Amino acid sequence: MKLTLKVWRQKNVNTKGSLETYNNVDVDPDMSFLEMIDVVNEQLIAEKKEPIAFEHDCREGICGACSMVINGRPHGPQQGTTTCQLHMRHFKDGETVVIEPFRSASFPIIKDLVVDRSAFDRIIQSGGYVSVKTGQAQDANSIPIEKGLADTAFEAASCIGCGACVAACPNASAMLFTSAKVSHLALLPQGEVEAESRVMKMVDKMDEEGFGMCSNTGACEVECPKEISIENIARMNRAYLKASLGSEK
Amino acid sequence: MSLTGLFLCTFLIVHLIGNLQLLINDGGKAFNAYAHFMSNNLFIQVTAKGLYAMILLHAIKGFLMALNNRKAAGGSRYAVSTSKNASWTSRNMALLGSWVFIFIGVHMAHFWRQMKWGELNMMNIDGVMVKNLYEYISVAYENPLIVAFYVISMIMIGAHLWHGFGSAFQTLGINHKKYTPIIDGFGKGFSVIIPGLFAAIPVWMLLT
Repeated sequence: MKLTLKVWRQKNVNTKGSLETYNNVDVDPDMSFLEMIDVVNEQLIAEKKEPIAFEHDCREGICGACSMVINGRPHGPQQGTTTCQLHMRHFKDGETVVIEPFRSASFPIIKDLVVDRSAFDRIIQSGGYVSVKTGQAQDANSIPIEKGLADTAFEAASCIGCGACVAACPNASAMLFTSAKVSHLALLPQGEVEAESRVMKMVDKMDEEGFGMCSNTGACEVECPKEISIENIARMNRAYLKASLGSEK
Repeated sequence: MSLTGLFLCTFLIVHLIGNLQLLINDGGKAFNAYAHFMSNNLFIQVTAKGLYAMILLHAIKGFLMALNNRKAAGGSRYAVSTSKNASWTSRNMALLGSWVFIFIGVHMAHFWRQMKWGELNMMNIDGVMVKNLYEYISVAYENPLIVAFYVISMIMIGAHLWHGFGSAFQTLGINHKKYTPIIDGFGKGFSVIIPGLFAAIPVWMLLT
């Protein structure tokens, strides 16, 4: 199949980028989306042109490195998949595919489709850990945890921190990411101990990083490749309200 | 936004109950008596000041939030925008809210100002002389353009509530497998029925 690609090309953080068109790109329907870009890049390199910069690592949907907006949707049109898990058979022959980087003031574009998502790292650094002594690794089942709670914590923990929630949100809010990280720790006994101080620190850091405010559009939940629910946002709102009311600061 | 928004929802119910008296076929007696009570009761007057403060607070917070979010989203947005991941109303709350805010201003200048300071004809209700606001409203609603403006504004309020009602509960941290579908369903019903009844009043008065 043949596709027309419109790809965002931007030299660096200081320059203004634009969409560049690549006509008649020969694509195998069994390729993954990233393999398709690999092939385009091989062609560009053969023509002594600058290849398209994009992030990738595991190519199996668990690392969260791939970050691009395909036809206006982070990670493309498929529900619950990352860009690397998206296959070209989901596109039609002759289709025009527009590829852009994640857009948010807190995710500055480094080059082409590569954005700086270190704001997420700083949110984690502000409180996304357990610092109380929890002893050696426990024997299995020595700490009883209700199954539903364990499942909810696990679902939240499946967030790969890719930033699609921010990219999808018209407000560039990082509430889904932050709430997933707050939830998966707060729901389990070891993490619950510091739940209140954690939610305060992480939400404050998130605001400081310049992410927008949540207006509950729900776009994040729809585009999340791990289908993290906005129930986590409500849980974080509850926890933050409780923590800030009881806070001495 | 959530608390002020939900407070304003309760106000809509009270306002609607009052307005529905316009439909009673008694030459405006019930409505004028009600309008007279609302303008002269101390408790209502104090509550009204609180209401104005809530409207302003909701509008200012909403405006600041829209500004903040525009900045957070960065200068350039996507070349291809999608409507597949969020409803139109949820994406356009600031636009809808602005219309509603302007509507409130126009509406107050139109009727509230008349009741407060206007030279309206008087009506004798059981020995008490009260302003005949009913007559003024009846004349206004004979103009199809005014009626159209009110109906469009009610559609805007309905659209604002379509997202806003359920969103307020989510912001307050109320998201529950059992109760959220009930809250959302109630919110959708509220956003259609309440503005629908408000809009029905001028339409009915125009047609009869």
